Amino acid sequence: MEALALPFFQRVVLAGLLASVACGVVGSYVVAKRISTLAGGISNASFGGVGLGYWLGFSPMLGAAGFALLASLAIGVGWRRLGSGIDTMTSMVWALGMALGILFASLAPGYSPDLMSFLFGSLLFVPWEYVAVVAMLDVAILWAVWLLGKEFQAVTFDDEFAEVAGVPVERTFLFLLALTALAVVTLIRVVGVILAIALLTIPSMIGRHWSDSLGGMMAIAVPTCAACVLAGLFGSWALAEAGLSLPPGPLVIVIAAAGHALSALARRAQGSSAP
Amino acid sequence: MSDLAIELCHVSLTRRGVPILADVSLELARDEYLAVLGPNGGGKTTLLKVMLGLVRPDSGTVRILGREPEQARGQVGYVPQHVRFDLDFPIRVLDVVRMGRLAAREPFRRFRGEDDAAAHAALERVEMSPLAGRPIGALSGGQRQRVLIARALAMEPRILLMDEPMASLDERIGRNLWELLEELSQQLAIVLVSHDIGAISHYVRSVACLNVSLHGHPARELSAEAIEAAYGCPIELLAHGHPHRVLAPHGSDPS
Repeated sequence: MEALALPFFQRVVLAGLLASVACGVVGSYVVAKRISTLAGGISNASFGGVGLGYWLGFSPMLGAAGFALLASLAIGVGWRRLGSGIDTMTSMVWALGMALGILFASLAPGYSPDLMSFLFGSLLFVPWEYVAVVAMLDVAILWAVWLLGKEFQAVTFDDEFAEVAGVPVERTFLFLLALTALAVVTLIRVVGVILAIALLTIPSMIGRHWSDSLGGMMAIAVPTCAACVLAGLFGSWALAEAGLSLPPGPLVIVIAAAGHALSALARRAQGSSAP
Repeated sequence: MSDLAIELCHVSLTRRGVPILADVSLELARDEYLAVLGPNGGGKTTLLKVMLGLVRPDSGTVRILGREPEQARGQVGYVPQHVRFDLDFPIRVLDVVRMGRLAAREPFRRFRGEDDAAAHAALERVEMSPLAGRPIGALSGGQRQRVLIARALAMEPRILLMDEPMASLDERIGRNLWELLEELSQQLAIVLVSHDIGAISHYVRSVACLNVSLHGHPARELSAEAIEAAYGCPIELLAHGHPHRVLAPHGSDPS
């Protein structure tokens, strides 16, 4: 607990808690619609922006957000037009973003940038500005879901009927993918671009075990995500105190996966008597 | 402003070199109640999707309520044949039916109490109210079918398009639904398609046969020749002497 007295640790804990909100809300749509591969493509592609930022000397986070949004646009436009080809395209966007990130970073002048913290998260280097940006993204995502929740539900559940009922399906889906891109950005400092997809989906999958509605999944996923992040961060800190240096990002994911396994077992034990 | 609910003029559609619809013309008044019969692969579902603006024909024009199909969205209720959604999707029956209310609510406006009331009323009409809180995946095929019908009713549409709506319903529910459609047909245009001649009720006011081309302009009388042309083989009409009835009224097994 004495870790909380340290300003840099306060910032990362706060960033993690705030990221959990975006993560649980957007992740529930991703899990319900079964588009975690698409979300994974968006997340990994954002690394291209990190490299570009280092190369051209602007904020790598800004670059990541830009690339994530671009990737979500590309994947979203392909989604209805390509049919099953969307799978191949997503893999391409996924790898292309990573490749560009590495190439751009190699071109960066002077020192070699700390890419690992973007790939797998970092306890350090979480400035207040970043915490503020995550808080703003949370507000934007919650506001969008409040206003467009019924359209998001319709498009993720049955896009054909949504179209018949007059919903602009493609625009709505693109907007949802853009929110996914922003949610990924909130996770980059905590777990990194490679692991973001796991934290985006696992808490919502746990939510699905115990709820039959999107709202219910979100209500479970947000605190579950927060608990995983806190457990990972404090676990990493405690282990470091004990002389074992383990990065928090991967620890968060392992804890979330273990939580998912426990939840699945508990759900099965409860059988068909549950909701 | 057109007085017609649906106008199809020389509509043709080919997919991968195979003709799906060939020169289909159709006019439907705003209070018409039409059944389109035809064999599997005859283009019935595609015909409905053309009317909905979900599929664009290669040639010909489509007017729904006097406008482009895309501009008539929200006024045309649709009951699809197949469940094309994921049965594991976390959604309850009431939420599915409330989707029909999207037609009445602007974007950026949340559903209101009146939307819930309309959804409940629609569920009531298909006798599904007690299951409003059930997850959609926990329903039987016939129950799901009724939910999809309720969803279309919740739109309060001016045209109702139904694709094999009776396929998985038991006899009692099916009969009640026919009566409901009869009542609705006083206020709106209804088109339902089916491959099963026996499944068409005597309530239907006109019948046409579709097998890529439309046989027999929609009429209250359906000739044996039109049916034969559509199905490619003679089919015995059950009610001789009642040309507009292809099925004897009530009492006979609809399956």
